[in-house]
Amino acid sequence: MHEMSVALAVVDQVEEAATRAGDVTAVRSVRLQVGELAGVVPDALAFSFELACAGTLLEGAELITEAVPGRARCTPCAHEWAVGMPPRLTCPACGGTRTDLLAGRELQILDVHWEDGLGPAHTPTREPIPEER
Amino acid sequence: MCRVVDLRQAVLAKNDASAHELRAHLAARGIAVVNLLSSPGSGKTALLERELLLARERAVPVAALSADLATENDAARLARSGVPVKQVLTDGLCHLEAGMLAGHLDGWLPDDTRLLFVENVGNLVCPASYDLGETLRVTLASVTEGEDKPLKYPTAFGLAHLVVVTKTDIAEAVEFDEAAFRANVEQVNPGVEVILTSARRGQGVGALLDRALAAVDGTPVHSPVMARQPHHHGHPHTHPEATGTMAHTHS
Repeated sequence: MHEMSVALAVVDQVEEAATRAGDVTAVRSVRLQVGELAGVVPDALAFSFELACAGTLLEGAELITEAVPGRARCTPCAHEWAVGMPPRLTCPACGGTRTDLLAGRELQILDVHWEDGLGPAHTPTREPIPEER
Repeated sequence: MCRVVDLRQAVLAKNDASAHELRAHLAARGIAVVNLLSSPGSGKTALLERELLLARERAVPVAALSADLATENDAARLARSGVPVKQVLTDGLCHLEAGMLAGHLDGWLPDDTRLLFVENVGNLVCPASYDLGETLRVTLASVTEGEDKPLKYPTAFGLAHLVVVTKTDIAEAVEFDEAAFRANVEQVNPGVEVILTSARRGQGVGALLDRALAAVDGTPVHSPVMARQPHHHGHPHTHPEATGTMAHTHS
């Protein structure tokens, strides 16, 4: 189970970004994109993430994972299909073997929701502003 | 105040950067890494023993590094070939990472080495996600493991440059269906070469060494569908490349 290594890598990168930004007091949530073919199990990752966050700036942060289905496109016939699991990477339309994987290998941090002491001058309130997406 | 900060960073970006650096560093010294992935008990040590002996007979300077959770048994077996061998104990970790490998090579890997065989931790799940800076990634499965192994572990087989079947000497006894196995490999990794081997009978021994030598000499290796960078065709479902390190905020 390498989800713990993945979780530690996420925590590490978020902490680095927070240090760069300066004055971050707490991390509320981290949004992660996980492709169907990334080889990571979201449930195992959520479990590991909680442990990896303990004692860090991310303590108590929520992990939001967005699954990305695997999609492929046949170079010769341009057919596009959902690869499924286990993935089918030969073309179901023409049987071709020259395939482009369009999506499904993603394993990336999309964005982070955090609290900092750097309130913009034009905002008189310290109330959290809802996420825009 | 509360902010949403865009990061768009690949989670394994650090490992990928270390792998890239190690590959370039070794290539400059004329060295290529062969990363061997399989489940425990697939016979990769037995095959590697034969390949190392053959390399020695042919005076090809090779070295081997074996990673296990515990014991130095594999290194002891591989060392009988007479080539430089190192055992890495991962202390429970289920896979090797590029930075770990680089640390173990530092000061150990002889300068004249051309090929370094890395026997990864026996595990078809986790090691598949970590580029070690290898030039050739080989995934092995023995005939006893079932023809559907490539479908059960699609990333391990889907990212391989070469697939090796081991223990073919007992294929008949376990009713190994070679055509079904090949079809399953093709489904997850179209066009990848599949080699049949038996370390006991000598079948296919040397093929791994030949492919590895070709790779170190610059012959292009197979390009797995799963390993290629996605090509974008102007479709609305494109996903940004995951390398940016500059964060911008919208609050």
